Amino acid sequence: MVRMFDVCAGVVSENLSQLSKIVGKHMREFRLLNGLLGSFVFVIVAGYVCYPLYVTLTTSLHVNGSFSLTHYIDLLSPRNSAAWEAVWNSVLVSILTVSFSGVVGMVFAIVLTQIEFPGRELLSRFAILPIALPPLVGVISFLLVFGESGILPKVIQRMLMTTTVPFALDGIPAIVVVHVYSFYVYFYLFISTGLRRLDSSLIEAASGFGSTPWRTYRRIILPELRPALFGASILTFMASMASFSAPLLFAGEKRFMTLQIYTTKLNGYLDIAAAQSVLLTVISVGFFLLLKVSGESGIQRRMTRGSSRLGKLALGTLARAVLLTAFFLMVAIELLPILTIVAISFVREGSWTWQIVPTVFTIENYKKLLSDPHSFAPIGNSLLMSCIALVASVVVGVAAAYLIVKGGLQRTKSMFDALVTFPFAIPGTIIAISLILAFNSPNLLSGYTVLVGTFWILPLAYFIRLYPLVVRSTGAALGQLDDSLLEAGQSCGAGLWRRFRRIVFPLIAPGIVSGALLVTISALGEFVSSILLYTYSSRPISVEILSELRSYDFGGAAAYSVILLMFIMGIIYLSRLLLQRLHMGVTRQYF
Amino acid sequence: MSTLSIQNIAKRFKEIDAVKNITLEIHSGEFFSVLGPSGCGKTTLLRLVAGFEKPSSGRILIDGSDVTDIPPQSRGIGMVFQNYALFPHMTVFENVAFGLEAKKVPKQQIRAAVERILNAVDLHHKMETPVPNLSGGEQQRVAVARALVIEPAVLLFDEPLSNLDVALREKTREEIRQLQRKTGITTMYVTHDQSEAMSLSDRIAVMRSGRFEQVGSPSEIYEAPDSSFVAQFLGGANILNGTLAPSGRLVIGDLHLTMPPRAEGSNLGEVTVAVKPEAITLLPVQQSDHGEAQIEEKQYLGFTTHFVIRANDVTLRVAALSSDFTKRLTIGDSVGFRVEWSGCSMFARE
Repeated sequence: MVRMFDVCAGVVSENLSQLSKIVGKHMREFRLLNGLLGSFVFVIVAGYVCYPLYVTLTTSLHVNGSFSLTHYIDLLSPRNSAAWEAVWNSVLVSILTVSFSGVVGMVFAIVLTQIEFPGRELLSRFAILPIALPPLVGVISFLLVFGESGILPKVIQRMLMTTTVPFALDGIPAIVVVHVYSFYVYFYLFISTGLRRLDSSLIEAASGFGSTPWRTYRRIILPELRPALFGASILTFMASMASFSAPLLFAGEKRFMTLQIYTTKLNGYLDIAAAQSVLLTVISVGFFLLLKVSGESGIQRRMTRGSSRLGKLALGTLARAVLLTAFFLMVAIELLPILTIVAISFVREGSWTWQIVPTVFTIENYKKLLSDPHSFAPIGNSLLMSCIALVASVVVGVAAAYLIVKGGLQRTKSMFDALVTFPFAIPGTIIAISLILAFNSPNLLSGYTVLVGTFWILPLAYFIRLYPLVVRSTGAALGQLDDSLLEAGQSCGAGLWRRFRRIVFPLIAPGIVSGALLVTISALGEFVSSILLYTYSSRPISVEILSELRSYDFGGAAAYSVILLMFIMGIIYLSRLLLQRLHMGVTRQYF
Repeated sequence: MSTLSIQNIAKRFKEIDAVKNITLEIHSGEFFSVLGPSGCGKTTLLRLVAGFEKPSSGRILIDGSDVTDIPPQSRGIGMVFQNYALFPHMTVFENVAFGLEAKKVPKQQIRAAVERILNAVDLHHKMETPVPNLSGGEQQRVAVARALVIEPAVLLFDEPLSNLDVALREKTREEIRQLQRKTGITTMYVTHDQSEAMSLSDRIAVMRSGRFEQVGSPSEIYEAPDSSFVAQFLGGANILNGTLAPSGRLVIGDLHLTMPPRAEGSNLGEVTVAVKPEAITLLPVQQSDHGEAQIEEKQYLGFTTHFVIRANDVTLRVAALSSDFTKRLTIGDSVGFRVEWSGCSMFARE
C-alpha cells in the first residue's frame, strides 16, 4: 500500500513537471492551468484505467504469488476445447455480424439517402433508434418476439396447426440477428455520410468517359466508400467481440469469451478470469489492428476542388423496388420488438405464460414499479449512478479534450490521445474484472476502502467506459474552434473570462452536450459491467430486468424496459431543446 | 488620432528570423500598408503590433506610451482578420456589439453605436441576421464594423480582401478607404497585392525576408524603386542583369542597348536593370532602336495588350496600349522596340 502511494506520488510530480515543460513552452497564458489539468487527467486515466488493467495482467501472470504462465498454458492448451470453442464462437459471430450489418446498413443508407419517398425524414430518425436502445432491452425484446416462447413463432404455430413451433431464434443465428439489429447503425451512419459526400462530378466524369453504371459502382463509388466501410467494420467487430447480453440470453450451451469470463468470475476463479480477459483483449485488438492496417492502405485523399454537388447513384426500377421492399421489411423487424415490449409491459403478472397473445392488460406493473420502494430502488440507483458518471465524464472528458486539441502538446499528443480514449475499445466485462482486481483491497485510489461490493464501483465503471465519448465529441467541437476567433475577441478588448464565456463555451457546448447525452443514455441502461459489480442494494435497472426475466415476470421486465426507454427518450428530447437554445446563441437582450 | 511607433522590433521563431529589427513611425491618421510576398514576415509584424506575438526584442508605442507588455485586449487596437473571424454563433448586431460590451458601455449607447456603424457599412437591414447567413462581402463589412466600432487607436488589417472575388475586392477597397478617411483612424494594412497597397495607402513599406526594402509614398516606390526586388514586386518590371560599358552601352547577353547619356557614371560595370513593361514600346522593325525581336506570346486585355518578346536570348514582358498596330501583331512576327529609359531603374548588381 505504501508502495502504491509512492508510485502515485511519483506519477503526479513527474507528470506535473513534464507536462508543464511541454505545454509551457507554447502557451504562456495557460501554463499553470495546462499543467494542473494534464496532471489531473493523467492521474485519473493512469489510476482508474491503466492501473486496474495492469493489475489484471499481472494477476493473470501469477500463481500463488510467483510469476507463471500456467493460466495461459491451461487456457491455450489444445485439450482445453471449451476455451477454443469460446474463441471460435466469438470470432465467428463477430465476422457474421460485420457481414450482415454491412448489408443492412448499406440498404438503409442507400434507401434513405438516394431514394425519395414519403416519410423518409421520419424513417431516417427511426433508423438510428438502436443507438438509444440499451443492448439488454434489445435482446429481451427480440427474445419476446422471436424466441422459443416468443409471440411470432407461436402465432405461426397456431396458424399452421403444428405441435411444435416452426422456428425460434436461438444460438448463434439469434445472437447474430440481435447484433445486426444493434450494430447496423454504425454502417448506416458511416455509409450515408460517405454517400452524402459523394461528388456528382465524379460520377459524371466516369460516365463521360464511357463507364457503364456497374463499372462506375465498382471503380468509383465503392472505393469512395471504402474508408466508411472499414471504419464501421472496426466498430462493429469490436462491439460484437465485447457483446455480453446477447450471448447471455441466447447462447444456451454454446460458449463465448465474454460469457466465459463471467462464469469463471462467478465461480470465484478471478486469476483465470484475468487471463481470459487478457486473451479477449489481445484477440479483439489484434483483429482491430488487422482491419485498420488493411483498411488504411490504399485510401486516397479526396482531390475535389471547388464547390461540389451531391452525387446521386443511378438506380434502376428493379433495384429500387428490391431495395425499398428489403428496407421496409427490416424496419418492420426493427419496430416489432419495441411495440411488443410496450404491449407486454401492460400484461398482468403470471397471465401470459400459456396464452399466445396477451389478452388482459393492466397498468399494475407500472404502479408496482413506482410505488413499491423495493421495485423502485433499481430506477433510483440507475438515475443516481448515471448522474455521477455523467458529471465525472464531463469534467474529465472536457479537460482531456482541451489538452489534446488546444493544449499545445507536440510529440506526445497522439500518445496522450490514444491513452485517454482507449477504454472505449475495452469490453465492459474486462473493465469490470479489472476494477474488481484493482479495488478488492484498500489503497489510495480507492480512498483506502474496499470499493468492490460498494455502490461506488458501478458509477466508476460507467465513467471509465463512457468518458471517451465526451473526449471525442468535445474534441471535435474544439477542433472546429478557430484560434483567430479568440484573437478577434481579444482585439475587441475581451479578457480571458469573457472570451471563454462568450466565444469558447457557446461554440463547444453542443459538442459537450452530445457527448454527455451518449454517456447518460448508455449509463442508464448499462448492463455488461453492472452484472459483475452490483450488489443487491446497488442493483441498476438492467440487472433488475434480467432477474424479473429469470423469474418469468415478463410484464415486470417489460415495464422496467419501457421506463428505461422513456427516460432515454426524455433525455434525448431535453438535450435537443438544449442544443437548439445553445444554437440560437445568447438571448437577445437589446430588442 | 494616434501615432504608432515601432522601435527596433525583432521576432525570432525557433529557427527563423521572421522580423529583423524594424523601426517605423506611422503618423496620426495615416493609412500605412506593409506589402510583401508570402512568408516575408508582414503578418508577424502585424501580430506583434496587435500583441498576439511577443517581440524577441524592441518596443511598440501607441501615442507615445509603451504597450509592448500590454495584452492585446488592453492595447486599444482593432483588427480585421483575413478569414474575418466573425463569431459564428452570433448575429451581425452581436458581433459588432461584442467589443463595446467588453468595454462595459451602457446598453443604450451600444445600440446607438452599433446602428450608426452598421449604417456606415450599409448593413443596418441585416442587423438580426446570423453571420453564417451573410455573403462573403457582407461578412467582410461586419468584420470592419466590429473593428471600427470600438474606436481603436490603431486599426489593423490582415489581408482582408484576399477572400473576395475581383469585382467585390475593388468595391470593398474603396469603401475601406472612405471609412478610414472619414474616421481618421491610424491604419496599418498588410497585403501581398500591390495594386491594393498602391490604391489605398498614404505610405507603403515593401517588406522582404523580415526587413523593409523601401518605405515611401506609392508614387515614390513605383517610380523610384530602391532595389530590383521593389521594382519587380511593384511594377512587375523586367529584371535584367547586364554590364554597363563606358561607351554608354548596356550589354545584356547578346543584346546591346544604347543608353542615353545620363549622369550615372558611378554605375559602370555589373548592373541590374529593372525595365517596366510599359516602358517598352513596340515599333515596326525598320524603326527599331535595338534591332529585331520575335513575339512569343500575346494577351489581349482590352485597353492594353501584353506581349512577351525575345530579342537575342533576352525575354521581355511588354505592356502596350492596344492600337491598330498591336492588333496586327501575331505570335512569331518580327517586331522592333524602344526602351523609355525614364521607366527604368538601374542598380549595382546584388
